[in-house]
Amino acid sequence: MTDTPLLDLSGLTKAYPGVIANDDVSLSIAPGEVHALLGENGAGKSTLVKMIYGLVKPDAGTMHMFGAPFTPSEPRAARASGVGMVFQHFSLFDALSVAENIALGMEDAPKMGALSQQIRDVSDTYGLPLAPDRVVGDLSAGERQRVEIIRCLLQQPKLLIMDEPTSVLTPQEVEILFKTLRKLSAEGTAILYISHKLEEIRALCDSATILRLGKVVGHCTPAETSARDMAEMMVGKLLQTPTRAGKSPGEVVLELANLSVSSPNAFGMPLRGISVEVRRGEVLGIGGVAGNGQDELLAALSGEMLSTPGMIRFEGQNIGLLGPTPRRAMGILSAPEERLGHAAAPDMSLTENAMLTAAAREGLESGGILNWGKARGFAEKIIETFDVRTPGPSNAARSLSGGNLQKFVIGREVLQRPDLLVVNQPTWGVDASAAASIRQSLLDLAQNGTALVVISQDLDELMEISDRFAALNEGRLSEPRPAQGLTVEEIGLMMGGAHGMEVAHV
Amino acid sequence: MDLSAINPVLFVAGFLVAATPLIFAAIGELVVEKSGTLNLGVEGMMITGAICGFATAVETGSPILGFAAAALGGALLSLLFAFLTQITLANQVASGLALTLFGLGLSALLGQSYVGIKPPRLNDINFGPLADIPVIGPILLTHDIILYLGIALVAATWAVLKFTRAGLILRAVGESHDAAHALGYKVVRIRTLAIMFGGACAGIGGAYISLIRVPQWTEGMTAGVGWIALALVVFASWKPWRLLLGAYLFGGITQLQLNLQGAGVAIPVEYLAMSPYLITIIVLVILSRDKSAAPACLGRTFHASS
Repeated sequence: MTDTPLLDLSGLTKAYPGVIANDDVSLSIAPGEVHALLGENGAGKSTLVKMIYGLVKPDAGTMHMFGAPFTPSEPRAARASGVGMVFQHFSLFDALSVAENIALGMEDAPKMGALSQQIRDVSDTYGLPLAPDRVVGDLSAGERQRVEIIRCLLQQPKLLIMDEPTSVLTPQEVEILFKTLRKLSAEGTAILYISHKLEEIRALCDSATILRLGKVVGHCTPAETSARDMAEMMVGKLLQTPTRAGKSPGEVVLELANLSVSSPNAFGMPLRGISVEVRRGEVLGIGGVAGNGQDELLAALSGEMLSTPGMIRFEGQNIGLLGPTPRRAMGILSAPEERLGHAAAPDMSLTENAMLTAAAREGLESGGILNWGKARGFAEKIIETFDVRTPGPSNAARSLSGGNLQKFVIGREVLQRPDLLVVNQPTWGVDASAAASIRQSLLDLAQNGTALVVISQDLDELMEISDRFAALNEGRLSEPRPAQGLTVEEIGLMMGGAHGMEVAHV
Repeated sequence: MDLSAINPVLFVAGFLVAATPLIFAAIGELVVEKSGTLNLGVEGMMITGAICGFATAVETGSPILGFAAAALGGALLSLLFAFLTQITLANQVASGLALTLFGLGLSALLGQSYVGIKPPRLNDINFGPLADIPVIGPILLTHDIILYLGIALVAATWAVLKFTRAGLILRAVGESHDAAHALGYKVVRIRTLAIMFGGACAGIGGAYISLIRVPQWTEGMTAGVGWIALALVVFASWKPWRLLLGAYLFGGITQLQLNLQGAGVAIPVEYLAMSPYLITIIVLVILSRDKSAAPACLGRTFHASS
C-alpha cells in the first residue's frame, strides 16, 4: 500500500428535505484495497457512492483523489477520473445487445466489431463468460451484472464501486465474481464494496467502514471481526436469530401434481411437471438460479397464471382455473419478487396499496364501497408491526427505499393470516436486522399452522427457515429433501439439475 | 366498367407520389417514438407545413424554398409540443391532440388568402435518356427531388439507427430514460431534437400534398394522413423498411380505388374510399404479429431525480 490514498473523503455531508443522508463522513481507500461499506437500509451508503460517482453533489466536505481535489460534476467526469460503478438496480437497456449496452457506457466507444473483440478479451482475462451479441433482455441476473462489470473494466478504472453485487447471484456466480475482484485488487484496482452479507465481506474485504443513520460509527478489519459484531455495529442493538419451537407438520394443504404451464413472457421459463406437497405448518424452501421458473411458479400459485384443473389442489379443491381474487378469499396469499409494479403500485399511497390486496380478507370494503379509514388503520398496523420507516401511510410506495417497501409488502400478506403464503425473495435488499424480523414473522406464521412456500436466491436464508428444500432448474423442481444436514455441494447439484436424467436445454 | 382504362405505368407512378407525404410524416414520427416520446400532433404539424410551404412557394415563386419553410414551420410547431412535454412535463397524449387541433386552426387562419391559387410547379429531375427506358423510365424516373429524398430519408434513418452511435443513444433514451440518465446522457435535449426532426419531416410531408400532389390549398387538406402515419409507425413495428412498405401499400390502394372509381366499378364509393385504411391496417397487423418492438419508455414522462 502506498502513502497517498487513492481516494480520501473528509467531512462529506448531504441533506435531503427532512433527512440527513450523510453527516460528516470520512474514509480513505488505498490502491488495491477492497473496502467494505456497511450499513442498514437508509444508512446513507447509496448517497455516499452517488457523490463519489458524480450523481449527487455534497453540501459540505471534500474529496481527494491521489491528493488532488476531486469534484466530479457528472458521472462522465467521474468515469474520466477512473471511477467505475456497478449499480444495485442494473442500469441496462433490455432491448439492446451486450455490446451496445457497453458502448453506451463508454466515452469514445470503438467500432462494434472491435468492441466485441475487447469484450471477449476482458471476459476471458477475468473469467466472466459473456457473448457480446446477445440481447440483454435474455440474460440472467448474473450475466447482466457481468455486462456492467465489463463495461467498467473496459475503461481501466482505478476505483470500482459495487453496490450489493451478490444479492442476485448463485453461490457459484459469487465465487466467479470474487475471483474477478481479487484479481483486480491484485492488479491495483481499489474496490468499494457495499453489501449486507457479512460473511462475504469477511471473505473478501481488507477493511470496512460502518455507517449508521448517515454517520460513520466504526472501522474494522472484517477478517478479524465476527459477522455478529459487525451486524451489531450496523444496527446498534443485539440481533435476534430467528427461532421456532420444534413441531410436526399437519395435513396436506397444497398439492401440485405434474404442474406444467407455459410462460406468458417470451423471456420466461415454462414450468415442467412439478409435483410436490406442502403441509400445514411447514416451510418449503425453493432455491435455484434466477430465471429458472421462480416467477412462473409464484404466478401459477397466486392465480395470475391459470393451469389445467387437477394440477393444483388446495385443501383438496381444484383451484387451477381460479384467479387471484378467489384464491385470496380462500386464504392463498402471495408476495412477488418485483416490489415496484408487481407487489405494489408505485404511485399509489401505502393505504391504497394495503387496500389492493387486503380489501376482502380484512373487511376493508362492503358492498363495493371502500372503507378508507379501516384501510389506513391496516396500513398503520403494517408500518408499526414491521418497523417500516416512512413518514406515514399516505406516502407513495415509490418513495420508500427498497428494503422498507419489502417489509411493507411482506407485512401486508403476513398480517392477513394466510393459510398458504407464497413469497419470492422475501428479504431481497433488506438489511440484516430487518431480514431477521421478516424471517421470524414467516416462522411465526408456520408455527400457527400456515403452509409456506419460500422462493429465494439466498441459500443461507433458505437453510435457516426451511423444513424441506428443493431447487428449480429449467422449470423443473428437484425432489424436496429435509433442509437439515444438506451440504453446499448437495445444494449446488440440486440447483444444477443433476436430479434427473434429462439433458438441460438452454 | 372498363378496367382497361387503368394504365399500369401511370398507376404505379401515381402511387409513389401518393405515398410520399405518408413516408415523410411516418419516418419523422418513427424517430420521435424511438426516442420514447409519443407525439400525436402529426396531423397538425403536417397541415401547418402544408400552408407554410404553400404560402412561401407562392410568395417567392420557389417550391424548394417552400419545402424549407414547411420543414421550419413543422419544427417550430413541434417545439411547442417539446416545451409542453419535456419542460413542463405535461401529458404527451393530451399535448399531441392539442397540437393537432391547434395546427388545423392555425393553418386555416394563415391560408385564408391562398384559397384557389395555383402554386409554382416543382420540376421533375431530368434523368436524360434514362427516362426513355420503357416502363421503368416513366415509373421511377419522372419524379421531383422531394420524392427521392423521402426514400433516401428512410434508408438514412435505418442506417443511423442501426449503425451509428447517435442512433444507439437515441434508442437507449427510448428504451430506458432512467438508465440513460444514470450514464450521463441528456434525455430532454435528445428528445427535443428528435421531436423537432419529426416536426420538420411532417411539415415537408404536408407541403408535398399542397405543392405537388393536389396542388392547391384547401382547409384540412391533409385529411387524416397524419393519423395514418401514426398507425403506420406502430404496425411497422418501428422498422423503417417495413414502414416504407406500408406507405406504398397505402398509397397503392388509394391510387387503385381512385382509378376504380374513375372506371365506374359497381361498388359504392364509400367502400372504395375506406379500403386503403382497412387493407393497410389488416396487412400491417398481420406483419406485426411478431413480438412488438415498442420502445420501452414510449409515452412515459421523464423527470430527472437523482
